[in-house]
Amino acid sequence: MEQLQNTNTVIDVRDLHTRYGKTVVHENVSLAVQKGEIFSLVGGSGCGKSTLLRAIIMLLQPVSGSIRVFGQEVIGLSDEQALKLRRRWGVMFERGALFSSLTVAENVGMVMREHTQLSSGLIDEVAALKIALTGLPADAGVKYPSELSGGMRKRAALARAIALDPELLFLDEPTAGLDPLSASGLDELVRNLRDALGLTIMMVTHDLDLLWRVADRVAVLDGGVILGVGTMEELSKSEHPVIREYFYGPRGRAAREQAWKKK
Amino acid sequence: MTADQIAKLVFQTDATSASEIVRLHCTGAWTVQGIAQLEQQLKDIAWPAKADLEIDSSAISALDTSGAWLLHRTVKTLEQQGNSVRIIGLRAESGPLLNLISACELLPPSAQSNTGLLASIGKQFWGSLENNVGMLAFVGESAIAMMRLIVQPRRIRWRTIFHNIQIAGFEALPIVGLLSFLMGVVIAYQGADQLQRFGANIYIADMVGLAMLRELSPLLTAIIVAGRSGSAYAAQIGTMKVTEEIDALRTIGISPQELLVLPKMIALIIALPLLTVFADVSGIIGGMIMARSKLDVSFDVFIVRLGDAVSLSSFLTGIIKAPVFAAIIALVGCYQGFQVGGSADSVGRQTTLSVVQAIFLVILADALFSLVFNWLNL
Repeated sequence: MEQLQNTNTVIDVRDLHTRYGKTVVHENVSLAVQKGEIFSLVGGSGCGKSTLLRAIIMLLQPVSGSIRVFGQEVIGLSDEQALKLRRRWGVMFERGALFSSLTVAENVGMVMREHTQLSSGLIDEVAALKIALTGLPADAGVKYPSELSGGMRKRAALARAIALDPELLFLDEPTAGLDPLSASGLDELVRNLRDALGLTIMMVTHDLDLLWRVADRVAVLDGGVILGVGTMEELSKSEHPVIREYFYGPRGRAAREQAWKKK
Repeated sequence: MTADQIAKLVFQTDATSASEIVRLHCTGAWTVQGIAQLEQQLKDIAWPAKADLEIDSSAISALDTSGAWLLHRTVKTLEQQGNSVRIIGLRAESGPLLNLISACELLPPSAQSNTGLLASIGKQFWGSLENNVGMLAFVGESAIAMMRLIVQPRRIRWRTIFHNIQIAGFEALPIVGLLSFLMGVVIAYQGADQLQRFGANIYIADMVGLAMLRELSPLLTAIIVAGRSGSAYAAQIGTMKVTEEIDALRTIGISPQELLVLPKMIALIIALPLLTVFADVSGIIGGMIMARSKLDVSFDVFIVRLGDAVSLSSFLTGIIKAPVFAAIIALVGCYQGFQVGGSADSVGRQTTLSVVQAIFLVILADALFSLVFNWLNL
């Protein structure tokens, strides 16, 4: 194994094996995410995209392999070190996972109250700022998650994910279940956040439009192995049948054409 | 945290130039972890009024949204006080961040609305009134659904009913049996001393028999079932409401009343009287054992006396309450489940309410039964 110690590599996964019971999810998955890029994992349903994400954010214990985030091995990390690492990233879950007993502003503020010594007033202000940054109307802060629409809930979840100004952001299906208008709003939001806050973003998505518009590099996962990694342009020229099917199916073609028009 | 990670300020008045320029030197990491002390420092500075201010940010090693917000807020406050403020030495990558933040429109924090005592009493009263009206409507809907079932008996979901009888009735046997056995023991023990004083040992059978059959078994069983099954109904229906399963049922064209409420109610109306009989028996066994060890009343003497003391009507006055209690428990549990409003918190609150209300109403109904029986001389 070549020991390439690159300080710009934020996530470095090597030879990862994971299993659910007897079902093998990943065999020998390796990938690297560079600082400041928007990296996307794609693949059919049930191919283990979300599982890979869960392994990286320490919600799932892989069987073997190595996962390094910010140069630190996350497998077998002590609780204290894990907490330090967790403060440096934010996670947005597929269905939001907002705490239903707290308002949106409290959801965002809670993270800061737990992990910083800021005054309560400043926390409220910064929480309101984060909510505004994600494009929610100013009155959304006092609402409870159950009072929000699906798209607004995703934005609120994003606001909570960036509460501590993480260097790394994980997005699980950021546009799933959104109407095209909200989804394209979210595309822009993701890109703006990256540009303004200098984030590294790793996302899991099915959304081909999102991929064409924001992803810097994409990894295609299928049957527990990575079929290809590259920019969308490179992947769309790939000869691999599964990748071709993915990008040249009817929906793939439409998304691609639209992306060309935009350019 | 190392020293360079903490944000610092140096405030100085530059008197060298002809026009006086006040300069604020910012250093360190203006990040969410570093600015805790900074906020207070900024507040403590004796800002000049109507002056030219320069904020020198060239020594800021890191700036994140929280730090940028603090900077932005400081500038805004100073400008409002009539100063002219310039930020100098800002690093190139921080520019977009500050622009992004100044573009955000924030609402001023709204003052907490403080309702008066009278208003909150009114609100509380209105809330409970609405709750009662809702409960009444729910009972009405259930009655209509029940009548529809009676007209079309083939729509009765027997499988669900039997399943519910097993869960709410059969599986409750051990706990109901044990608790009423202990209740019988306790009553016999408490009565033993008093009866012995009058040499009326044999009347222990009257005491245990009547107390258990008429009053304690039905009440005890109903309370156990309210805690065990009423809460489960509320939690189940409440969670289904949160996950929109109730709405899904409606769109498929299945009445949630018919699928969820009636089978539970019918099952409980069948199971609770049976459980009560079981509680009667085990309570009396408990009393019998206590009577023999404390008062030397043997089992056969006890049973003979029990036959004389307890009439059929005593037994029936106890049993007849059980179906009413069952209906109360099932209706309250299901009603509270339907009142859940979309959050995990709400499921917990309504489940608690279902148990409290069910037990309250069961005891209230028991008192009403006593009044009616008294009036009928039963």
